[in-house]
Amino acid sequence: MLEALRGKVWLSAGLLLIGLLLLPFLVEAGLGKSWVRILDFALLYIMLALGLNIVVGYAGLLDLGYVAFYAVGAYCWALLASPHFGLDLPFWMILPIGAAMAALFGVLLGAPTLRLRGDYLAIVTLGFGEIIRIFLNNLNSPVNITNGPQGITQIEPVNLFGFSLGKTQEVFGLTLSSPHMYYYLFLACVALVVFVSMRLENSRIGRAWVAIREDEMAAAASGINTRNIKLLAFAMGATFGGLSGGLFASFQGFVSPESFNLMESIMILAMIVLGGMGNIWGVILGALLVTMIPEALRYTGDLQRVLFGQVFIDPADLRMLLFGIALVLMMIFRPAGLLPSKQRKRELAEEAP
Amino acid sequence: MDIFAQQLVNGLVLGSVYALVALGYTLVYGILELINFAHGETTMMGAMISITVIGAMVGVAPDLPGVIIVLTGLLVAIPSCMLLGYSIERVAYRPLRHAPRLAPLITAIGLSIVLQNVAMLIWGKQYIAFPTTLLPQGRHEIFGATITDVQIMILVLTVTLMLGLVTMVNRTRLGRAMRATAQAPAVAQLMGVNINAVISATFVIGAGLAAIAGVMVSANYGQAHYHMGFLLGLKAFSAAVLGGIGNLTGAMLGGMLLGIIEALGAGYIGALTGGFLGSHYQDIFAFMVLILVLTLKPSGLLGSKSVERA
Repeated sequence: MLEALRGKVWLSAGLLLIGLLLLPFLVEAGLGKSWVRILDFALLYIMLALGLNIVVGYAGLLDLGYVAFYAVGAYCWALLASPHFGLDLPFWMILPIGAAMAALFGVLLGAPTLRLRGDYLAIVTLGFGEIIRIFLNNLNSPVNITNGPQGITQIEPVNLFGFSLGKTQEVFGLTLSSPHMYYYLFLACVALVVFVSMRLENSRIGRAWVAIREDEMAAAASGINTRNIKLLAFAMGATFGGLSGGLFASFQGFVSPESFNLMESIMILAMIVLGGMGNIWGVILGALLVTMIPEALRYTGDLQRVLFGQVFIDPADLRMLLFGIALVLMMIFRPAGLLPSKQRKRELAEEAP
Repeated sequence: MDIFAQQLVNGLVLGSVYALVALGYTLVYGILELINFAHGETTMMGAMISITVIGAMVGVAPDLPGVIIVLTGLLVAIPSCMLLGYSIERVAYRPLRHAPRLAPLITAIGLSIVLQNVAMLIWGKQYIAFPTTLLPQGRHEIFGATITDVQIMILVLTVTLMLGLVTMVNRTRLGRAMRATAQAPAVAQLMGVNINAVISATFVIGAGLAAIAGVMVSANYGQAHYHMGFLLGLKAFSAAVLGGIGNLTGAMLGGMLLGIIEALGAGYIGALTGGFLGSHYQDIFAFMVLILVLTLKPSGLLGSKSVERA
């Protein structure tokens, strides 16, 4: 009986893996090449959302400036692997430097805000994110560090074991374009982040985060070093953010402050709230929805043509409006998210009047 | 021209606008403990609506005195924004009053996106001009600084509105109901206060003040834009936090202080850093102040409420 069940689990896991490996080909055949890139971005956002989930979902520290760490990682990568400073460090060197820088910024943000909670913390982190963005925008004179609003171009693509992911390659007789190869890299990274998140959830650290989220005083009284545990949450969340930022920079080949505005932080937060905070599968679902919906809404132009015979409103202008409406409606009808974590569901049931 | 005096005047005018918007944040936060992220957009709507009405009036009755035309714009913008504020609370916040804390925050953000995009669809992506020529063009010299008639009007109007609001909150029945609801909603309800009506009134008053602030800021700079409400809202919120959120006097003080800090900062940052940082860092001050205040004195300058809220 148990043997049979185990066999089924392995079978479905194997099918899922094959499905995920084939996905970019299916997507390209079904929806076109541009959707493979969108798929890549969706994976990046899943990584970001899972990183933020550690800070907000597990530890309950509301961070509205998460994109700052994404920016730190991206600019680290951009500066170390582009003609801007004439540096061209290899992938395996930039990876730890970018992650360490992001973690450092995580601690920098976390340290002064240890006493704050809730809305106040949200606002401070929001301010922090804006300050980073303003610096990125303006640190081009008198010493040109970030190249200002123009951003940094010609960033080297990821180079793994002599394979450049920026060029189309032949592997085992298969022709893989750049977005395809990045898809597999990002998929591996997402798998790693999911694995780490799952292990954290049931570890001593994960339980300490939940304890702090639920009642900080009680947690401290039970012998949890709340300061270190909170800083760890910020640092770990920031590290994931920084890694995603680095991958983003090399994937795009270009970074500018435009990509790191407050809206981006808000989108990432919306992903985890929409999906169901604290629940890994919920967060993944939320990230997929929030990246895919605005892209899918581009097709409202076609819809208008079918319905009215002409395009009244440019779909590019319409999609953010529809996205905002979707956000409001989702919160009114599913305030706990689509897939709330079991624990939070229980808490909410108790809180209800 | 004396830079210090000039920046002080600019800072006071800017601070008036921040203060009026900050009052809306503080009123709502005091009662619902909710950051109404869509409040900045209400300000923007006020500016846009008034400019549209003013433009239409100039077309219909170009011979009317300019001040009357601008005043008409203001008198249309105020009730429109009040209606907007009421609807925002009714549609987006009331159903979520007992939801987990993050839900109304996300709703507020969603609303802010909706309002921005609605404005963009109506008025386009360009800056639209406020016909400043309708207002008196006088310029006066005081202590080496130039102050325009428009700026004087902004200052006078702000002070009047603030005094009016303080009187309203402290002296009237509605004000007493508002204070009671902020203190203990459940008890207030038992005492016969209609909480829903009080909360609606709070949103409506805040939105009215935001509309006036929107008209002021567009009259002062001569333009408006669908995106203007966002940063303005963030700064006004910083001002409310600086003064101690939930505290009316604090919001006014915070607004004025923030305006002055920003103007003086922009004027002197170049000299202070040896030219390394320039006046384009102006927007950084609000956030710096915000972080400093919250980390050093989380309750703000005049606030007394505990910060222990999740």
